[in-house]
Amino acid sequence: MSMDRREFLKAAGLSAVAGLGAKGAFDLFMPGDVDASEHEGHSEHGEGHGGMAEAGPKVRLAMAIDVLQLKDHSKVDKIRAACDNAHNIPHWDSKDDEIKWIWEDEYEHVFPDSHNEYLADEVRELPFLLMCNHCDDPPCARVCPVEATFKRPDGIVAQDYHRCIGCRFCMAACPYGSRSFNWFDPRIPLKAEGRKLNPRFPTRMRGVVEKCNFCVERLAEGKKPACVEACPDVMIYGNLADPNSKIRKVLRERVSLRRKLELGTKPSVFYLV
Amino acid sequence: MYDTGKVITGLVIFVGIFTFAFWYTAGTAAPRPEPKLDTPEIQKMAKKQCVEDTQFMITTHMQLLNKLRDQALRDGNRWYVNSKGEKVWISLQNTCLKCHSNKKDFCDKCHNYAGVDPYCWDCHIDPNRSEL
Repeated sequence: MSMDRREFLKAAGLSAVAGLGAKGAFDLFMPGDVDASEHEGHSEHGEGHGGMAEAGPKVRLAMAIDVLQLKDHSKVDKIRAACDNAHNIPHWDSKDDEIKWIWEDEYEHVFPDSHNEYLADEVRELPFLLMCNHCDDPPCARVCPVEATFKRPDGIVAQDYHRCIGCRFCMAACPYGSRSFNWFDPRIPLKAEGRKLNPRFPTRMRGVVEKCNFCVERLAEGKKPACVEACPDVMIYGNLADPNSKIRKVLRERVSLRRKLELGTKPSVFYLV
Repeated sequence: MYDTGKVITGLVIFVGIFTFAFWYTAGTAAPRPEPKLDTPEIQKMAKKQCVEDTQFMITTHMQLLNKLRDQALRDGNRWYVNSKGEKVWISLQNTCLKCHSNKKDFCDKCHNYAGVDPYCWDCHIDPNRSEL
């Protein structure tokens, strides 16, 4: 087939118009994936409190804390001591170096979004026990670049110290301040205090982030978490996915609060008031 | 050749200094380490056998420990089924060191000899000593 210059230019021009038009049509009718990773993340974390009734996981561990009972401050000390001893948690003098697994604060700081100046004195002065919320959609796990922190199928947000590189992204991501960084060797204060260590649990090393692990090592052995064992009337743990569990029963009967719900992390620590 | 005497003397001194590490320590080679297995737990056992064959444990314990660590911690499965089908609870401090309660005469013996410094002990503690 022969083609002169004039015909060639006509065909080329038409093809160009058709090509541009086709691209526009494609974009219009078949929009591409916006951000694959984001969608993936959601489907992965989609299970949990939301659709729990039918399709959710079989086990979803959670903690309910009966804060009204903490008026007796000796219980706070008892619970914190049980956790410290179970996990060889060091005590630093400076607040900057503090390692926190379970600690206390007042209502105003725990629920800054629902502070109310006419709040009952009784609640205002209560010590609230704070710990890792073991969120359903944990922001700490999402930002960890090495997957050192991850959500287990039973809902516990676990931390693998072998993998942690100490970048502290998770500390920035956690809206509850539940994570602490080992700026120094945690064995220094443990040694200085002359503490008797729990031989069944390791210490940590300098340069890793740590937090409450829901006593995953004790649950594996069929024991209760250390805080629950210390004060079973204050700390109530159980399986949210089981409607007959102790925690579901207490949540049905009592008014409960959760921290910073508006952030959508779906925390699993409930405060009974 | 000019300055033969000086050059040869210089060479001899150089070779002497260069090989200093070899001839200075000659004949003082550290004896092959013999990790001790005479702990009370091991004495009690009818068949003195670790979770796998001794030869396998000597050559591959590091890979096995690595694998079991991930299995226990990341998959939450704390039972190791060994090649004989026996179930073993995975825990460095509570299983391995229960039998090998002599870390100094067992783990450290070979590790020191081979000049390796595994970071296990940065966090894990020897459960048989209550202080650090």
